[in-house]
Amino acid sequence: MTEGGKTTSPKLSPAARAVKKWRRKRGALIMVLHEIQNQAGFVPRETAREIAEGMEVPLARVYEVLTFYNYFKLRPPGKAVISVCTGTACHLKGAPELVAELEKELEIGQGETTPDGLFHLQCVRCVGCCGLAPAISVNGKIYGKAAPSQVRQILAEWRAVFREEDVDD
Amino acid sequence: MINLTINGIGVEVDEGTTILEAARAAKMNIPTLCRHPDLPPAAACGICVVRVRGRGNLVRACAAPAEEGMEVTTHDPEIVRVRRTVLELILSGHPNECLTCLRNESCELQSLAAEFGIKEESFPPLIAEHPLDDSTRSIVLDPRKCVKCGRCITVCQEQQNVWALSFLDRGIETRISPAGEIVLAESPCIRCGQCSAHCPVGAITEYDQGGEVWEALSDPAVYCVAQIAPSIRVSIGEAFGYEPGTNVSGQVYDALRRMGFDAVFDTNFGADVTIMEEATEFAERFRNSPESLPLITTCCPAWVDFMEKFHPEMIPHFSSCKSPQSILGVLAKTYYAEQRRLDPARIFMVSIMPCTAKKYEIHRHKTMFASGRQDVDVSITSRELIRMIRQSGLDFSGLDCLAAADSPLGEYSGAGAIFGATGGVMEAALRSAHYFVSGADLRDPVIPAVRGISGVKEGEIAIEGRPVRFAVAHGLANVEKVLDKITAAREKGDDPPYHFVEVMACPGGCIGGGGQAWEVDDAIRRLRVEGLLKDDAIREVRVSHRNPSIEKLYRDFLDRPLSDKARQLLHTSYRPRRKYRR
Repeated sequence: MTEGGKTTSPKLSPAARAVKKWRRKRGALIMVLHEIQNQAGFVPRETAREIAEGMEVPLARVYEVLTFYNYFKLRPPGKAVISVCTGTACHLKGAPELVAELEKELEIGQGETTPDGLFHLQCVRCVGCCGLAPAISVNGKIYGKAAPSQVRQILAEWRAVFREEDVDD
Repeated sequence: MINLTINGIGVEVDEGTTILEAARAAKMNIPTLCRHPDLPPAAACGICVVRVRGRGNLVRACAAPAEEGMEVTTHDPEIVRVRRTVLELILSGHPNECLTCLRNESCELQSLAAEFGIKEESFPPLIAEHPLDDSTRSIVLDPRKCVKCGRCITVCQEQQNVWALSFLDRGIETRISPAGEIVLAESPCIRCGQCSAHCPVGAITEYDQGGEVWEALSDPAVYCVAQIAPSIRVSIGEAFGYEPGTNVSGQVYDALRRMGFDAVFDTNFGADVTIMEEATEFAERFRNSPESLPLITTCCPAWVDFMEKFHPEMIPHFSSCKSPQSILGVLAKTYYAEQRRLDPARIFMVSIMPCTAKKYEIHRHKTMFASGRQDVDVSITSRELIRMIRQSGLDFSGLDCLAAADSPLGEYSGAGAIFGATGGVMEAALRSAHYFVSGADLRDPVIPAVRGISGVKEGEIAIEGRPVRFAVAHGLANVEKVLDKITAAREKGDDPPYHFVEVMACPGGCIGGGGQAWEVDDAIRRLRVEGLLKDDAIREVRVSHRNPSIEKLYRDFLDRPLSDKARQLLHTSYRPRRKYRR
């Protein structure tokens, strides 16, 4: 590792690398946070502290930015992100019942992740397939005209996917 | 100068004056909520809207500068209706818990609701669920009650440079919080309480311990003693109709005795002892190790906490001497107990302080147990004492204004009296340091350069022809300027820019402390300072080393300043502390 040199040692943490790249540039804090969010999918507390230290910015300011923008996550997202569409059409066709069923099955609320880290539940406004209302999207796969009775089936399907991945590992 | 009209009345104001201030010049009060005279306008709440002829929208008077030829209307039915709606919306997000709130009858939101004659909830309540945070045991954060005015944030970040508090999330979910999912005690919070002194509502208050004091007072087996801080005698009267700065020491001593305290002491005595030790420490460094200067004062526990967290490199410059509160605590349980043949285990020491951080100081280090037990049992703020006096049913203004504190821990010099004002500790210390170094008193005890309420004050006196350069800073953001100079000189290998530095965390010093009565501005701070300076000016003895009770204390008990016994009882030590525990 060389002080102020151009070579970037692989030993630097992702936060340290991002800090080095953006230091002394205007509006740099948000760019550093973007890099971490994009790499890790969330900004862990240890990383936020490392960034505050490196950028010489109070940690409180880092958290002001992190919590102001929805884009940043403070916790690891679930492996499967379940987005329930709550746009007008889906809402009228029964999205609230789908949400209620998911919350019951997963034992979490909206915006939360299951303790095993498998599922993250969120509500989104219109995924652009109103003809399929009510719609659920899981990691981009759309389940159209979904009914609460299908929820268990969908979850089981994704659990199976992750089991296979584990075996592959 | 700018000429404008307020409701048709012509006024002339300086450039840069806001519409709000111009209206006051025209004898019109525009209601405000987020505005505080200490802070730049935030224009956060929208209560102060007015109409300016020629502008389509209503204008926020707190942040809009007056302009030449402006025609302003402060009150008409539509403006009042808009203000009312703004107020109703704020109220819909604020719990209706006035009867069980510490700010009942001192709440700025409650006053506005009364002024507007609010009789019902116009919007369905939407109260955020946030847990109460009393982890510091000094201040209590109840984010549910927050009206998002932003005062505490500005104070914590800009005035104090601590950055413990921040606004997290956005829109309706905005909340006051330390950084992330932690509690205040895990944050850099130094417990100065300035946030609580600036909060318009009950979202941040002192950690109320009045109940613990009443419990001790009601136990016949307990020997209750009290001490009152230098600054509270010139602030407490305000709650009972006195002008700011009126010295009500007598009434406070009398009130405490009537409340059941067995003995009432004065922290000013402790201040005199602090000076004996600290000025001796200075004299020794000045004579024998000038390279170890500057010496930095440590009476202020919020400053001590700040230094341990943010500037541990300054620890070698810190005076090891305890604060007057802690010194009086240990002397009550040793010296006084011996004199009166009291079992120190029976003594319960209550200190009445202008300060929320003093609640922390009393257990911050093992040296705070120098008497063999906790030296000060409970530390309460001015605000808690005001409530207790009210609860006692005492007619405060009818109490004995000539009552005296108990001997010997109640007798003080003029030097002890000024401890509560910015510059006071420096002035008191220089008076004695001059004597300890040269063997002669200063010709005039008044040192004008330390006085006044500007953020950083610098000056110089000569002791035996050698210059002693000093700096006085208050409001922690101002401290950085002083520390930067010290560090820069050290790095360059230059002489230190100062030999002696005083720091108090709160603006104006303890008279503007975080535990003092609410709604304080610089005009009130100046009056309180004057009250303390007057107490000094009328005293026969104005230097700590000539206070007869102090002379006796050293003769009979401590031997001399910095003796082994003095070091064991009256000194403490410091260590670096983490800013964040998580």
